[in-house]
Amino acid sequence: MHPDDLSFIFLNAFIINNFVLAYFLGLCPFLGVSGKLNTAWNMGLATTFVMFVSSLCAYGLNQLLVQYHLEFLRLISYIAVIASAVQLVEMIVKKTSPALFRALGIFLPLITTNCAILGLALFQTFKEYSFVQSLVYSIGAGAGFTLALMLMAGLRTRMDLADVPAISRGAALSFMLAGLLSLTFMGFAGLGTH
Amino acid sequence: MANPASKQKPITADTFLRGLWEENPVFVMLLGLCPALAVTNSAINAIGMGGATTFVLLGSSALVSLLRKLIPKQVRIASYIVIIATFVTIVDYAIHALSLELYNALGAFIQLIVVNCVILGRAESFASKHRLTKSLVNALGVGVGFTFALLCLGSVREILGSGTLFGFPLFGDSYQPWVVMILPPGGFFVTGAWLLLFAWLKERKQRKVTQEKETVHAPG
Repeated sequence: MHPDDLSFIFLNAFIINNFVLAYFLGLCPFLGVSGKLNTAWNMGLATTFVMFVSSLCAYGLNQLLVQYHLEFLRLISYIAVIASAVQLVEMIVKKTSPALFRALGIFLPLITTNCAILGLALFQTFKEYSFVQSLVYSIGAGAGFTLALMLMAGLRTRMDLADVPAISRGAALSFMLAGLLSLTFMGFAGLGTH
Repeated sequence: MANPASKQKPITADTFLRGLWEENPVFVMLLGLCPALAVTNSAINAIGMGGATTFVLLGSSALVSLLRKLIPKQVRIASYIVIIATFVTIVDYAIHALSLELYNALGAFIQLIVVNCVILGRAESFASKHRLTKSLVNALGVGVGFTFALLCLGSVREILGSGTLFGFPLFGDSYQPWVVMILPPGGFFVTGAWLLLFAWLKERKQRKVTQEKETVHAPG
C-alpha cells in the first residue's frame, strides 16, 4: 500500500501508530475512564466525534491561515475550535442522555485538553493531508482511541478480580497493563508497508 | 474568588516544595502524562521538555495572576487556554531558533504543551487566586517537580535502552541495550515501575508511623 492511500492512512492511525499506545496521546482519559466497558465505549464515541469535527475545522482554518501568512496563530485557533466542538458535544450529550452525562463527569469537558485531539489536528497539518485524507485520518485515530480504551477497560475489569499485591493496585498496575498492550501493538509495525 | 485568609498567608518553603515532592504533578497527581512518556526516551529530551514546560508554567501563571481580577468567571478557562497557547507559541519559535536538534526530537510535543493539564490546573487552582510572587514560586516548584519526574523517566530509559546517559556511553561495547525501553512500551513500564517504588516507600513510611503510635500507646 502507498502511504497516501486512504486505507493505509486509516490503518496507520487505527492500529499501526495507535494514538494512545504508540504516541502517548490522550493518556488522561485512557487511565481515567477505562474502569467500565460501557463508559469506555461512550467516551470513545464522544472523542471520535470531537476528533472528526475538529479535524474538519482545522483543515479549513489551516488553508485560511496559510493564505494570509498567519501560521503563528495556528495553535491558538486550533485550540479555540476544539474547545467549541467539545462544548457542542457536551450540550448534545446533556440533552440526549443525562445518565451518560453523569457517567462521563469531569472527563467530558476535559476532552478539550485531550492531547489526542490537538495532536491529530497538528499531525494532519504537518503531514499535509488533503481534505479527504484528513477526515479518514481523524476517523482512524478516533477508532484507535476507542479500541485502546475498550481493551484497557476489559483488562481492568478482569484485573479487579486478580490477586495482586496491595501497593500495585491502581495506577502502577494500569501502567504495566498499558505497557503490555503497547508491546502487543508493536507487532503491527510494518503492516501494509510492502 | 479566593477567601481573604488564604491571600494573606506568606510565601513559605511549602509553596515551593509542595509541587516539587508532595504533589508532584507526574508521580502523585498523574497529570501531564502524555509529554512525560512521549519524549523521555533520553535524558536530554526530558530536560528540554521540562524546561519548556516550566517556562510556559511561569509565564502563564504570572499573566493569569496579574489578570485574575479582570477575567470574567464565565470565560476564564478559554482565557487561560489563550494565554497558555501564546506562551507555547513563544517557546515553539524559541526552541526552533535555538536548537534545531531538540526541536526535531520533541516534534509536535512542544506545541502539545498547550493541552498539558498541569499548566491549566495551576492556572485554575492556584494562579487565579493568589498574588504574583506567590503564584510564581508555586509555578516554579511545580515546574521543577515536573522536570525532575521527566528526568527520572528519561535517565532510566536512556541508561537501559541505549546504555548511555546524556549521550555518554556507560557500559562499554559489550552492553546489549534493551531497545524496548526507548520504544513506547518502555515508557509505560518505567512509569509503572517508578509508581510502584513510590507506592512502596509511602506504604513503608505509613507502617513506621503506625508502629511508632502503637509503641507510644502500649505502656499507657
